[in-house]
Amino acid sequence: MIQDATPAIEVTGLSSAYEDQVILDNVSFKVRPAEVFFIIGGSGCGKTTLLRNMVGLIRPTHGEVRFGGRSFTDADSGSRRELLKTFGMLFQSGALWSSLTLSENIALPLEEYTRLPRDEIRNIAAFKLAQVGLSGFEEHYPAEISGGMQKRAGLARALALDPSIVFFDEPSAGLDPVTVRKLDELIVQIRDTFGTTIVIVSHDVDSIFGIADRVIMLDRETHGIIAEGRPADVVATSKNPKVLDFLTRRAIRAG
Amino acid sequence: MPASPETATARATARPAGDVLEVALGGPWRLSAETPRWSTVLGEARPARVRLSADGVSHWDTSLVVFLGEAQRWCGEAGVGCDTAPLPEKMRLLSGQFEASMRTAGHDDHSQSLVVEVGLSTRSAMRQARDFLQFVGECWIDTVRLVTGRTGLRWNDCLGEMQKCGAMALPIVSLISFLVGVTLAYSGSIVLKRFGGEIWVADLIGVAMTREMGALITGIVLAGRTGAAFAAEIGSMKANEEIDALSTLGISPVRFLVIPRVIALGLMMPLLALYAICLGILGGMAVAFATLNIPPAAYWVEMLTIVDMSDVVVGMIKAVTFGLIVGLSGCLRGLQSARNASGVGHAATSAVVTAILLIIVADAIFAVLFNAIGL
Repeated sequence: MIQDATPAIEVTGLSSAYEDQVILDNVSFKVRPAEVFFIIGGSGCGKTTLLRNMVGLIRPTHGEVRFGGRSFTDADSGSRRELLKTFGMLFQSGALWSSLTLSENIALPLEEYTRLPRDEIRNIAAFKLAQVGLSGFEEHYPAEISGGMQKRAGLARALALDPSIVFFDEPSAGLDPVTVRKLDELIVQIRDTFGTTIVIVSHDVDSIFGIADRVIMLDRETHGIIAEGRPADVVATSKNPKVLDFLTRRAIRAG
Repeated sequence: MPASPETATARATARPAGDVLEVALGGPWRLSAETPRWSTVLGEARPARVRLSADGVSHWDTSLVVFLGEAQRWCGEAGVGCDTAPLPEKMRLLSGQFEASMRTAGHDDHSQSLVVEVGLSTRSAMRQARDFLQFVGECWIDTVRLVTGRTGLRWNDCLGEMQKCGAMALPIVSLISFLVGVTLAYSGSIVLKRFGGEIWVADLIGVAMTREMGALITGIVLAGRTGAAFAAEIGSMKANEEIDALSTLGISPVRFLVIPRVIALGLMMPLLALYAICLGILGGMAVAFATLNIPPAAYWVEMLTIVDMSDVVVGMIKAVTFGLIVGLSGCLRGLQSARNASGVGHAATSAVVTAILLIIVADAIFAVLFNAIGL
């Protein structure tokens, strides 16, 4: 793989704590451009916390997050807004704004950041919905569609501003295996088409081996990274029983 | 011969054999039915050993495990040997687990010393004050940006909120303010009749409704109706990560959610209060006509001798203030809500409490203030 000079995302020495409870301690890693990067680990290991730190929903107690070489953590409100524009996020529940239709949900970021005329925005929203296979649902409200469709609509919204990075928080949670597989295919397709960098928080072993280029695994006891690399390499080289237990539990069941 | 399942009950019979107490269990043991307790089976007996057997048990669940666990615990405490060998393997295992869980179960005392309580409450009060100031500051910054034209207002949202908190509140406001007018007229006339001044009921109601009750009633109704709705709506948006979705797009939740709602309430509140004043006066007029034989025209003329524009201005200043209070406390409590169902409920309750408290405090401050400037 070609080593790009500036990583898409660079996290250095990041620590995070709720009240007095340390969740993450001195976590550092890099994400290369156009890579499907997984943050994995068991429940309560801090992977969602790490994601929330990266997108600025939580301020890290120490350390820094940089996007394309520009600091996000220390950015003033102007450049912070500029950076926010370059990434999209798909929340665990989809997090569509329930008072707006799907079309309006996707139109909102466009209205905020562009000066496009109203009907053009509407066309773009319809196009984005079609990309995730939701043509014809423009005027539906989020409560009127299924959980899997809400996630896809959330993805369409995350893609509204053609971001260079898309974050996913547990995309497979609450979905059946077939839908998960389709969502994975969609993710890879987005990466291949737009060269988007993809960061996914997940504990879905099938998805990890299916689409991940590289993974980091977080651990609850050490509050840090216990494995890093391509999923197959991690399984082949890691001596840590926690890592092997996590990634090979399927093999145990099958064997 | 075992009894039929309907009539059979759990049995535990204790039979002393030398210094060994043999406890034989039998019948179906179900949590939902009456089962023997260890203390009653033991009675006054103080054996040197206890031997438990369960050969006659036809069905068992946790109730049997509890019985065996208590027996084992008693034996442990009394230093008596407990022979569980005749029991089936599964029962032994589970009753052992039960007894262990009784020993390790956390019954910690969660009460704190007074000093710790005071410290924690002080810290929480300081945090609340800081959150409130920060929120008001954010609202202020976004309002300034709006006024200077650096950001736009989502007028559609604002109009939608106006309809919900204004037009749709008309029935309840009508009913309550009309009835308050009626009540005031009845209680006022009791006093006024004593010195033959029934006609002054018009002055009483005119002043009370215009300066005080119109804005106060509307404020309290809207605190319950709209303030709670704001808190619940924003609270569930927070639970559903919708607020986070706004933040990651760089859209300020204050600008997007709070400002349109507060503006809507600030505009609708004086209109509703004005309407409430009219209805209250109408209620008083009806009572005056029906029970005191004062014709509406006379009532109206009498009222206008005392109520003038300054009273209306006082009422409207109060109404706008109460509207802002209701809107801000509803939105603040919603944004502070915990991310779960009980958090949303708590947010709604606390929004209503905060709003009504602040309305009454503000009303008192206004009373002093208007008195001082002679309005």
